[in-house]
Amino acid sequence: MKISIYRYDPDKDARPSMQDYEVALEPSDVMLLDALVKLKAQDDSLSFRRSCREGVCGSDAMNINGKNGLACITKLAELPDRVVLRPLPGLPVIRDLIVDMTQFFKQYHSVSPFLINEEQAPDRERLQSPEERNELNGLYECILCACCSTACPSFWWNPDKFVGPAGLLQAYRFIADSRDQATSARLDNLEDPYRLFRCHTIMNCVDVCPKGLNPTAAIGKIRDMLVRRAV
Amino acid sequence: MNLSVRKFDAVVVGAGGSGMRAALELARAKLKVAVLSKVFPTRSHTVAAQGGIAASLGNSSEDNWHWHMYDTVKGSDYLGDQDAIEYMCRRAVEVVVELEHMGMPFDRLDNGKIYQRPFGGHTQDYGSPKMAMRACAAADRTGHAMLHTLYQQNVKANTQFFVEWMALDLIRDPSGRVIGVVALEMETGEVHVLQSKAVLLATGGSGRIFYSSTNAFINTGDGLGMAIRAGIPLQDMEFFQFHPTGVYGAGVLITEGVRGEGGYLLNKNGERFMERYAPNAKDLASRDVVSRAMTLEIQEGRGCGPNGDHVLLKLDHLGADVIDKRLPGIREIAIKFANADPIKDPIPVVPTVHYQMGGVPANYMGQVVVPGANGPEEIVPGLYAVGECSCVSVHGANRLGTNSLLDLVVFGKAAGEQIVRDVRALPESHPDLPKDAADRPLARLAHLDSASSGERVVDVSTDLRRAMQLHCGVFRFPQMLKDGVTKMQEIAARAERVFIQDKSKVFNTARIEALELDNMVQSALATVVSAEARTESRGAQARDDFKDRDDANWLKHTLYFPDGRLEYKPVHMKPLTVDAFEPKVRTY
Repeated sequence: MKISIYRYDPDKDARPSMQDYEVALEPSDVMLLDALVKLKAQDDSLSFRRSCREGVCGSDAMNINGKNGLACITKLAELPDRVVLRPLPGLPVIRDLIVDMTQFFKQYHSVSPFLINEEQAPDRERLQSPEERNELNGLYECILCACCSTACPSFWWNPDKFVGPAGLLQAYRFIADSRDQATSARLDNLEDPYRLFRCHTIMNCVDVCPKGLNPTAAIGKIRDMLVRRAV
Repeated sequence: MNLSVRKFDAVVVGAGGSGMRAALELARAKLKVAVLSKVFPTRSHTVAAQGGIAASLGNSSEDNWHWHMYDTVKGSDYLGDQDAIEYMCRRAVEVVVELEHMGMPFDRLDNGKIYQRPFGGHTQDYGSPKMAMRACAAADRTGHAMLHTLYQQNVKANTQFFVEWMALDLIRDPSGRVIGVVALEMETGEVHVLQSKAVLLATGGSGRIFYSSTNAFINTGDGLGMAIRAGIPLQDMEFFQFHPTGVYGAGVLITEGVRGEGGYLLNKNGERFMERYAPNAKDLASRDVVSRAMTLEIQEGRGCGPNGDHVLLKLDHLGADVIDKRLPGIREIAIKFANADPIKDPIPVVPTVHYQMGGVPANYMGQVVVPGANGPEEIVPGLYAVGECSCVSVHGANRLGTNSLLDLVVFGKAAGEQIVRDVRALPESHPDLPKDAADRPLARLAHLDSASSGERVVDVSTDLRRAMQLHCGVFRFPQMLKDGVTKMQEIAARAERVFIQDKSKVFNTARIEALELDNMVQSALATVVSAEARTESRGAQARDDFKDRDDANWLKHTLYFPDGRLEYKPVHMKPLTVDAFEPKVRTY
């Protein structure tokens, strides 16, 4: 298999370049990450993040033949013979496939991503019906891999002002939680021409999410709540 | 030495479940805390835990902490310390309820309470055939739900994280007190000294020392290497848990919750073979029991597939509704990694290394304890350990499923509380750093920077992992163990001579892997040496030449010292407030 990979080491390279690799695959190599690990054994300077290798930690997000995804759950058999790997678009590159995610996490942190309930907690668990709990499905499973936000043109243009799909999905995760009491403050926090309303429902986020989540739908729900409260 | 020096009240090394639970306690107490992590906190391996967290809430079946304690003591094959086990089981309800209050998205019962499912080895009424529904679950993503919740609470508490900083070594003063750590900032390649009144190791296990493992790449036993290099022994490292259901070939974990929901194992004859090995608990016997049974089925020619080298986990009879509601992540994993949709087809599985019961010896307040002039458990001032890198020991020779997430939050919280007490009792100022505080890690880095030839890291680490797999498997053989010790000593010598081609300062992952190899070597040596010396079968250690548990000679903890020497210390058989559970024959 031929893999062309974006290479950049600020310690020695004036500018980035693409490097072509040839990797001999074995039957035990199933996922793209297996091929990358094999390439790193050939060339230890090839740099990428990885950890759980099962699609739950969110480390190895990258741009695979033009589409963001996780290397560890991208099947080699489903890729064409020639693969092009680039870092996630729109974020500063630290080195090779490793991007600086500061801006991404800053936006995540900006939505107060934690349950807010100032009432005295009961001795036992707060009650929540299965139906109320179901409202969190499709929201809480986010792994913060940044595939969605870095596929979003609105986030590329305004990463400092637009929260982005990942952050907005988490904003809605707490709005949707029957135990959370800060809906009004959460909506205030997003009522802004940029923070929420830069979403133009392009839906790249939905297209790339490796966990099958739908940030656009969550953004739509927040938008509806803002509209409803305005009238 | 011209390194940047920062000062903290407490440094937490590792941002998984235990490190973040401790950090929360410290941040809430307004201590000046730094949390160091090789990866962004929500990428820590706690995220991969699936089935649940144990607590005797009694929401779905009658339950109480005494039964939980009994199950844990029995599950540990009586090697667990009963004071620590009582402490954990008694605090379980409190810490799980706290997680719920923090916002953790547990599944719910119709009455609104937390959903609980059965899990291996968890019973009602002190080992009766009736299973207890004790595993509090968020679908099959309980670890993910817990880790993200803990991170969220730390964001709220303004905890200071040093993300993608790898701790290299502990700093001790001449009296032995731990006064800081040396760490590498991965993005810049710079080395920093963090002075601290308390250092908490929460670095996770070293499951990557085996070739076939459910563990993440990052689980290289860094805290264990740091401890050994600081002269601190490792406890009970021979006990490595093989999880019965790793995906055949890929090693990815399939939760025991599958069997908790009613799934079961089949051999090539379509026989539910666990009925023969554990007539009462069947597929929900303890993990060591099930893993051995599976291995025997395979060895005796009843394995599945063209090579007869795995068994099948059947769950299609649960129905699509239950699978999609309670086990959606498993379905996703099975389709991706086993090409099997469990709604129709069974999942090929094989016992796979999963969890390290041993680790840095600690008491139930998280304080690291080592032998000294006044007994086998003298506190190392300034040093604490929690989570998988520690050995408290609540899991003894075999951990029960769902007790690991519980261990993280109970002892994370307890260590946090202890550190708050200890730091407040210390003087405001920090002691002076020894002149040679960072010499060892700097010399190691200098070697990696300058060496232009030697062994490749990947070759040595692959040999290490293959050797551990071969010599320290589900069943252990005397000659294989002896040879394993020799082989690991050779590998340790080779690891000294590794070189890397990448000399960049910036995010040098080759350098990180070389440093991780140093830590893996220490864990592997401790494991194989301790296993070779323990001439009995107990929990996860099953020896071919000593098939029985030997309480007369071996009801004791192993301590592996940096020079390769072993010592032993008594098991705490006395609980805190209840009567002890005396060892008896362990059947399920």
